[in-house]
Amino acid sequence: MAVEQTPAQTGAQSRIHNIGYRSYDGQRLGRAYARRSLYSQSLRGSYGLGRSAKSKVLPMLLFAVMCVPAAIMVAVTVATKAKELPVEYTNYAIVMQAVIGLYVASQAPQAVSRDLRFKTVPLYFSRPIETSDYVRAKFAALASALFLITAVPLVVLYGGAMLAKLDFTDQTKGFLQGLVSVALLSLLFAGIGLVISAATPRRGFGIAAVIAVLTISYGAVSTLQAIADAQTMVDGQSSTAAPWIGLFSPITLIDGVQTAFLGATSSYPGGVGPSTGAGVVFLLAVLGLIAGCYGLLMRRYRKVGL
Amino acid sequence: MDVTVIATESLSKRFPRVTALDRLSMDIGPGVTGLVGANGAGKSTLIKILLGLSPATEGRATVLGLDVATEGGAIRERVGYMPEHDCLPPDVSATEFVVHMARMSGLPPAAARERTADTLRHVGLYEERYRPIGGYSTGMKQRVKLAQALVHDPQLVFLDEPTNGLDPVGRDEMLGLIRRIHTDFGISVLVTSHLLGELERTCDHVVVVDGGKLLRSSSTTDFTQSTAILAIEVTDTDEHPDGTAAMRDALHARGVETHDGSGLPGAGHILLLTAQGEDTYDLVRDTVAGLGLGLVRMEQRRHHISEVFTDSDEQQRAAQQSTAQHSAGKEAVGHGG
Repeated sequence: MAVEQTPAQTGAQSRIHNIGYRSYDGQRLGRAYARRSLYSQSLRGSYGLGRSAKSKVLPMLLFAVMCVPAAIMVAVTVATKAKELPVEYTNYAIVMQAVIGLYVASQAPQAVSRDLRFKTVPLYFSRPIETSDYVRAKFAALASALFLITAVPLVVLYGGAMLAKLDFTDQTKGFLQGLVSVALLSLLFAGIGLVISAATPRRGFGIAAVIAVLTISYGAVSTLQAIADAQTMVDGQSSTAAPWIGLFSPITLIDGVQTAFLGATSSYPGGVGPSTGAGVVFLLAVLGLIAGCYGLLMRRYRKVGL
Repeated sequence: MDVTVIATESLSKRFPRVTALDRLSMDIGPGVTGLVGANGAGKSTLIKILLGLSPATEGRATVLGLDVATEGGAIRERVGYMPEHDCLPPDVSATEFVVHMARMSGLPPAAARERTADTLRHVGLYEERYRPIGGYSTGMKQRVKLAQALVHDPQLVFLDEPTNGLDPVGRDEMLGLIRRIHTDFGISVLVTSHLLGELERTCDHVVVVDGGKLLRSSSTTDFTQSTAILAIEVTDTDEHPDGTAAMRDALHARGVETHDGSGLPGAGHILLLTAQGEDTYDLVRDTVAGLGLGLVRMEQRRHHISEVFTDSDEQQRAAQQSTAQHSAGKEAVGHGG
């Protein structure tokens, strides 16, 4: 009745407060767009963007830790007018492997365990995307995040080398080889990190397991390599076993591949990496591992479903 | 729009040990449809199949005219889904989360933000939508879950136990919201529940499944208004110490069959009779007046869905549970007729 007494006034008010439901007739961009959205959200998430301030601390800190040594090396090179950089482009990631390992351990569980723990995965699969889209988006996002954290220091080194007016051809070749190497490393580490993290909804377990797998395998391999190397020194023969042992840890695999194909100096004890022939086996092992990780993730998520 | 929103044809789903759905055939039209069944009756399995996420063992089903076996992606673009369980990450705000989910449904960024603001307002989330979800109450979380199912303006939403864990007030608000999804938003709804009373108030149509089989599918008006049964209660007077008995005899004398509402509250004081038409009302009025009794009430009794199930032996147990719920006062108050 009040409405009838003051129609104008109440009418105006109700218009302000109740716009009513508006249906959506605009574009629906479909599956590929949804996959890209998930990719960009996950990539941003890997650096804590779009998440709480607390979750930005560790990835940003690790990113800084990766870049600072490169900046210092550049400063030294420019200041001392050295003829070459203190470290090869391909070797930078090997030297900094602990930091990369920490980054994978902290961000891989963030990328997948959260969705499992809070059961957000079914919501994704109730949308146009398929299992493969989810796995690819997450895989690509973590690999891209890793590529950023490993390639940016190389860019810093390359920029420094240009400033110091080092040989352009030489530096560019080394820089590109370095980029290929860290791209392989990013894919491999992302795969291993995601497979381990996707096995458990508990983030803590994921972090511990990734660190354990990376450090224990590297520790075991480098110890065995050192022993094998010492043996061959005693025998006075060239080392044959040591390079092959490198097949059994992610970082030594990458080292093997880049020694064989990307003109890197081996970081193996004794400095002898696999020959080009053996390098093929290393490369196949890396590619096989990446494909295997993808396969395992697909299998895992086909079960998660709704 | 198609007359049929969901259609299944001898749809079966068998797991190694369990048959979740057993040759289920049904047609569901636009509007709010309730899917009732005890836990493990196959409700969630049915939703999974309808979303195209789990292949049926045999039979076929279409949603919005699209085949679930081959056009799952197209279905999921037009359909919203609100799961039964928690599905919200605690460390992001409702706005961020719903925007992300809108983009996952294919909405461009600007549209996703606009629709998120609209949808959150419609489900009743205002300033709190900028705070992390971790600090929300159960009722607010349910609203966010509902918002993410509606944000892409689907033609149909599946709501799996949306009132789970809510207090009576929250339950009523959620049911009102579900009703509005159809009446105001024009979106068809399939809502599951194991509580019949809720669906009776909210749905246009109720489908009952048990053990993966279709037990009954009909509109709530069929359930509750197919027979106009009158309930009559009269006073006792000095002349007729048992007014109810006198009334019954008088009605019998005039050829009207009655039966007492045994099992209902106030049994013994209530006479039930089937109204043949307008005449029956006049007849009752005249009979009461002739006997000099006071007419306490004469009302058209609506059946409750639970009473309909009492007829079915298989549902005896479920019906007993829900009759107990309803009879606590509801019948006594009744619906004016």
